[in-house]
Amino acid sequence: MTVRDVAVEAYKEALPALAASLVGGLVAGVVLGGMRAELRAVPGLLVLVPALLATRGNVYGSLGARIATALHQGLIEPRVTGGDERLRAAATAALANGVLTSTFAAVVAYFLLTLLGSRVAPLPILVGVAIVAGLLSGIVLTVVVVSVVFAGYRRGRNPDTIVGPVVTTTGDVFGVLFLLIAVRTVLAVAGVF
Amino acid sequence: MPTEWTVRAITRAMLPVLLVLTLVELGSGLVLGSFEAQLFRYPSLLVLVPVTIGTAGNLGSVLAARLSTSFHLGTLSFSPRDDELAGNAVATLALAVTVFPVIGAGAWVATLLVSGDTSLALQRVVLVALSSGISLAVLAVVVTFSSTYVAYRFGLDPDDVVIPVVTNLCDVLGVVVLFGVAQVLV
Repeated sequence: MTVRDVAVEAYKEALPALAASLVGGLVAGVVLGGMRAELRAVPGLLVLVPALLATRGNVYGSLGARIATALHQGLIEPRVTGGDERLRAAATAALANGVLTSTFAAVVAYFLLTLLGSRVAPLPILVGVAIVAGLLSGIVLTVVVVSVVFAGYRRGRNPDTIVGPVVTTTGDVFGVLFLLIAVRTVLAVAGVF
Repeated sequence: MPTEWTVRAITRAMLPVLLVLTLVELGSGLVLGSFEAQLFRYPSLLVLVPVTIGTAGNLGSVLAARLSTSFHLGTLSFSPRDDELAGNAVATLALAVTVFPVIGAGAWVATLLVSGDTSLALQRVVLVALSSGISLAVLAVVVTFSSTYVAYRFGLDPDDVVIPVVTNLCDVLGVVVLFGVAQVLV
């Protein structure tokens, strides 16, 4: 193949996935742009945003890839019965890893910003936001990833090629959306005490 | 050997990597925090943040996946004259030039619709997006080629190593480049 052939093929193959995640990224950006008040109210939250979004992508991308491989190998059936132990273990592990990693990010960000002498919200607020956001977005993303991969597989699509775009698109949107919900919830609860 | 499907085994395989990647991402968070004032002042820049990070990561991961496959098929040689390398590099740049102006215009329109804010002109936001996109495409090519090469020299499977490294590194570069471009153009 010539350079041109390779370039044209690579371009055509990647463009649809990039376009899909572009839409998701813009929606996420609009939500982020709309939560400037919350970002100001919780100093340090903006520092957490890339880590929280990347965690969604890494954890649920890996869950999707794992399920896709298992479907190819015939290890699991493309059906949500709730009784499949493997599927339940994979989903629980993803949720646990997602919440643990988000909490870790909040703690490290708090100490980094304190060390740098920057303004930062109290540790319990940051950790609370990370846990609530991680839990809520994790539950929704697990449902989305499992059902989209199963539905695609039953319609004869290769689950490997569905996982990437689905996770990047929904991960960004739900990641930011539940971050907003989490901040409002935690600030409301903190306001009571 | 594939990981066993238990919570413990999956966590043992994943958590260390996740924690390291989190530290890397916090680095880009600190960069983001350092131009917080500018981002709050020009909401269209804030809207650009997730989509720039995401697209940079995607450019890198698509390229990494393609190079890994060529590598496994044995069609890749690490020579500057290699057609696979050159073709994929050209495609990455072409994708960036296609997608980033759309990202810029989309961010500007979205900001206008949601908050009625036009503190930055349309051309300015498109220019910021396109300049960031071209720089990121070049960086994605350099990062992906070098990490695939390093994986190859160390006898590692590029599928395991290169994709997560490249995706997260491109995330970080996305923020750093956007920061740099905003300093020059805004």
